[in-house]
Amino acid sequence: MSAVSADPPALRIRGAALSFGDRVLWSGLDLDIAPGELVAVLGPNGSGKTSLLRAILGIQPLDTGAIEVAGMPVHRGRSRVGYVPQQRALPRDLALRARDLVRFGVSGTRFGLPLPSARDRAQVDDLLARVGATRYGGMPVGRLSGGEQQRLRIAQALAGDPRLLLLDEPLLSLDLQHQRGLADLLAAERATGDTGILVVTHDVNPLLGLVDRVLYLAGGGFRVGSPDEVLRSEVLTELYGTPVDVFRSHGRLVVVGAPDAHHHVEEGA
Amino acid sequence: MDGLLDLFSFDDYGALLWLVRNSILAGAVLGLVGGLVGVMVMQRDLAFAVHGISELSFAGAAAALLIGADVVTGSIVGSVLAALVIGAFGARARDRNSIVGVLMPAGLGLGILFLALYPGRSANKFSLLTGQIIAIDDPGVLRLVIVSLVVLVALLLVWRPLTFLSLDPESAVARGVPARALSIGFLLLLGLITAVSVQIVGALLVLALLVTPAAAALRVATSPLVVALLASAFGLVSAVGGILLAIAGSLPISPFITTISFLIYLVCRVVGGVRGTVVRKEVLA
Repeated sequence: MSAVSADPPALRIRGAALSFGDRVLWSGLDLDIAPGELVAVLGPNGSGKTSLLRAILGIQPLDTGAIEVAGMPVHRGRSRVGYVPQQRALPRDLALRARDLVRFGVSGTRFGLPLPSARDRAQVDDLLARVGATRYGGMPVGRLSGGEQQRLRIAQALAGDPRLLLLDEPLLSLDLQHQRGLADLLAAERATGDTGILVVTHDVNPLLGLVDRVLYLAGGGFRVGSPDEVLRSEVLTELYGTPVDVFRSHGRLVVVGAPDAHHHVEEGA
Repeated sequence: MDGLLDLFSFDDYGALLWLVRNSILAGAVLGLVGGLVGVMVMQRDLAFAVHGISELSFAGAAAALLIGADVVTGSIVGSVLAALVIGAFGARARDRNSIVGVLMPAGLGLGILFLALYPGRSANKFSLLTGQIIAIDDPGVLRLVIVSLVVLVALLLVWRPLTFLSLDPESAVARGVPARALSIGFLLLLGLITAVSVQIVGALLVLALLVTPAAAALRVATSPLVVALLASAFGLVSAVGGILLAIAGSLPISPFITTISFLIYLVCRVVGGVRGTVVRKEVLA
């Protein structure tokens, strides 16, 4: 946690627990994210990563515990959270331009006559520029690459000046070049120091240089700490309750032997 | 050829126009609003639901005819009931399609039963299925216009959140867009405008005003504003054009409306296809 400031943390989780039926996803979960800090959530499928995001969004009620964003209890649609959902390919012929997808973040929740507004338009232009998407702002979104669409989703999430940015597998199915581009974009957002960033990912490697801390969920438990503290054979072995090896090779991490959690309870459905 | 031309007669056309001026007005308003509603129907993948609602609307109208009640009211009651059932049980697309598939024949069957029991003129019976706006009296026409305008205003008020929800549901829900209320609310508006369309083009041909114009617009435009304007314009041209052609002859209005909207769709497909190829080339270049 870099700068000392009087601001409340971007995210504060205290004593959070969530279970589906008999299966405890996590309990006693405490986590603070400071403005300008980037935390990666790791863990096997079914460990409750997406449910955690949904809880922070105020969509998934907790069993116990409390979550605050920028000092306020979370409430769906009212918290200062920007959200980038897990990517799904948009239909090629979708009647939506790149800037329209961003505009949803600016005025999408507003009821009332949809009159064109110069202020909204300027805001969309700013957001497009901020993620480097100005060039293709007028293109149909369905014709853009996965990396370009992801930039637009981040621009949409940044609308409304969030204190916390949540990203669900933002690098999924992107090629190496686009992964780097997006990591650079996240680095730039982190550098502004205004926003805490929480990234759910199954592969921490593309973000390794960027991650301040890791939240590792597995086997109903969790560990929080720097990547060097958490991503170690002893720690993960204890967490999974079964031998797990973490190898480092050329600056990359490889986790071997981690079993996937059971799938019979569908997450978040 | 002579036979076909005999179907049209433009003698006294001016006098005829004056007689049906209210119908033309109703057609214009419905075409405009229907085109706009259609954009949402396409974006929310509800084309099949429109068909289901219109058959229930037909059943409601036929029931009203049988018991001597007001036909437009019966039609509205039928379609609003259908919209509520679809809204309550069809949140997911697959459930929705099966519910519509079940409702549709049930509604059509009931409607046919009511008409068979109805002792009055058979022209009235037929018009509910295939439409005949000229047969509606002026107060009735006025009511259709008012209902259409109510739908228009309500739709514009929810336009932005409804578009967000339809095209980017996960983000919309996360940002607090009230998904369930909006879905059901839109189905109610759809029910109202369907009931109006049933009076004009008939239960079987409602899709020509509530789907085809929007489908055509979506072929040629990606800007939401342009799509909305084009869909309204296409709907208006189809409805008014159909009425203008029909009153020159002895054929019903519906085939003219459906043919015009179909031709517009064909042209848009061709234009959209050509433009799509150009865009692809530009992207590759």
